[in-house]
Amino acid sequence: MDIVVCVKHVPETAEAELKIDATGKAIEKTGLVYDINEWDDYALEEAVRIKEKHSGTVTAITIGAEDSDSTLRKCLARGADKAIRLTDPKFEGSDGYAIAKILHSVIKTLHFDIVLTGMQAGDDGNAMVGPILAEMLKIPHATMVKKMELGTGTAKVNRELEGGLEEQVEVKLPALFSVQTGINEPRYVSIMGIRKAMQKEIKLMTLADTGLTENDVGPAGSWSRIEKLYVPPVEKQAEFLKGSPEEVATRIAEILRSRGLI
Amino acid sequence: MTEIFVLAEHRQGLMRDITYEMLTKAREIAEKTNAELTAVLLGKDVKEHAKTLAEYAKTVLLVQDPRLENFNSEAYRKILSKLIADHKPLLVMMGHTSYGVDLAPRLATALDLTLATDCIDLGFENEAFTVTRQMFGGKVNVKAAARKAETYLVTIRQATFAPQKPAAPTNGQITEIPSPLTEEITEKRFIQYVLPPPGGVDITAAEKLVGIGRGIKDVANMPMMEELAKTLGGVLGCSRPIVDKGWLPTDRQIGTSGKTVKPKLYIAFGISGAFQHVLGMKSSDLIIAINKDPKAPIFSFADYAVVEDLFKIVPPLKSKIYEVQAKKACP
Repeated sequence: MDIVVCVKHVPETAEAELKIDATGKAIEKTGLVYDINEWDDYALEEAVRIKEKHSGTVTAITIGAEDSDSTLRKCLARGADKAIRLTDPKFEGSDGYAIAKILHSVIKTLHFDIVLTGMQAGDDGNAMVGPILAEMLKIPHATMVKKMELGTGTAKVNRELEGGLEEQVEVKLPALFSVQTGINEPRYVSIMGIRKAMQKEIKLMTLADTGLTENDVGPAGSWSRIEKLYVPPVEKQAEFLKGSPEEVATRIAEILRSRGLI
Repeated sequence: MTEIFVLAEHRQGLMRDITYEMLTKAREIAEKTNAELTAVLLGKDVKEHAKTLAEYAKTVLLVQDPRLENFNSEAYRKILSKLIADHKPLLVMMGHTSYGVDLAPRLATALDLTLATDCIDLGFENEAFTVTRQMFGGKVNVKAAARKAETYLVTIRQATFAPQKPAAPTNGQITEIPSPLTEEITEKRFIQYVLPPPGGVDITAAEKLVGIGRGIKDVANMPMMEELAKTLGGVLGCSRPIVDKGWLPTDRQIGTSGKTVKPKLYIAFGISGAFQHVLGMKSSDLIIAINKDPKAPIFSFADYAVVEDLFKIVPPLKSKIYEVQAKKACP
């Protein structure tokens, strides 16, 4: 089984306070810690598990500047055999559609049985790159995959539906699967492992290597263009409880008491 | 006259709420753009659903085929490709659900439509089509302009538009179209629905819920939270990352892919408040949220907000609750 896994280097924002930058079209990057996109982390783990069970190769691909190498190094340390980084100033401002075109230009030249992506990225949250890529590669796909079982020439996968329900579907290989978090438990990588991965080669490719033109990528090759970012309006004005932890705890206990909750 | 398509979403015989939410928003856009509202219903023996949709839309395009008993994005794509080619609608709306996510990107690519996903608002302004969506787990809203197209395709976030019936029923016309599916779909086949294994605790029945999220950081901190829940006489529920890590079973997950809860008290610790979670708990009677990020989206759904490290709040809170309970026991 040869597997291609697409990964993205993104800022961790779940617990960070974000600020919109002076252009109004992006967030302030300073102070943010970047890592592999959470969904891609599960996709990578699934790729490595399939390789370990069925043998084959795992190729990790990303699009981004030099700092994305740390995400590729993580992939190599976790069990990917090859890493490719597509990089070009012209790629900037690409939305999911343009990103899929760039990924397609490379993946179509590789041998693969399975392509894995995260179901979405924690930054844009478009949830679109996987199925677009599948259409361009003319292979079947399934999204939001929570379980994979490989057979001969097919894969049985569970897709997450709403309210805790799942559906099992059978998909012919080669195919693309976009992975939902929780499908597995991503393994821990040791510092030694990352060090060893430092010696592996990361293949670099630019726009000229893709066969695409300037008009296919960046804002010109995208479906949408960001006009402005803004802080979401507040739905309900919460009362902020201030003071020392002790004082706050007293207030909460008092609120609960007054409402008969304790 | 140009049309706006709304793809009806249904499963196991039930129409899903997102359908009526989209029809409501689509009606507003149709009025502004002078377009006609068309509901598209694909399924097996779904005539009754078609009648209901006819109360909302001018036309119901109905395709019935035994192969449409369960959703299959490939079957849907083939049929919608034909309907879109024949009708050239201005806008096609579907849910940003497990179905829409599987279908929309591929359909847009195949037909060269312009797609925007997970929209929380949309409209035509001076000939341009713009959408509003969220980034970074709901911490930032973004307004984006779509590339000009003959047909725009959007997926709509669930529970964003309140469903409303038209003032007067539209008495829409049901137009049944012979199924354009010619052969079996073999590349992707529905096998069965899979229910999660039943767990021991029904969080939807709990009056008091302690919600925990990513901020819990380590499995070693779980007993402390369990204890707090117990002190309160409540149970632990959680957002997605806790279940993903295996710290709590699936039936404790609150949100779109888990349970919807409406307890008397919901205290959230270390939950930032991505919409997937918020949709499952925002109707709770009293919401108290504790988070380190002063701009955490959960605060805009809370009654009381505390900007603090949860590990500093939990221990004194537990002892204060004890104190109150002790006073009550022996006044």
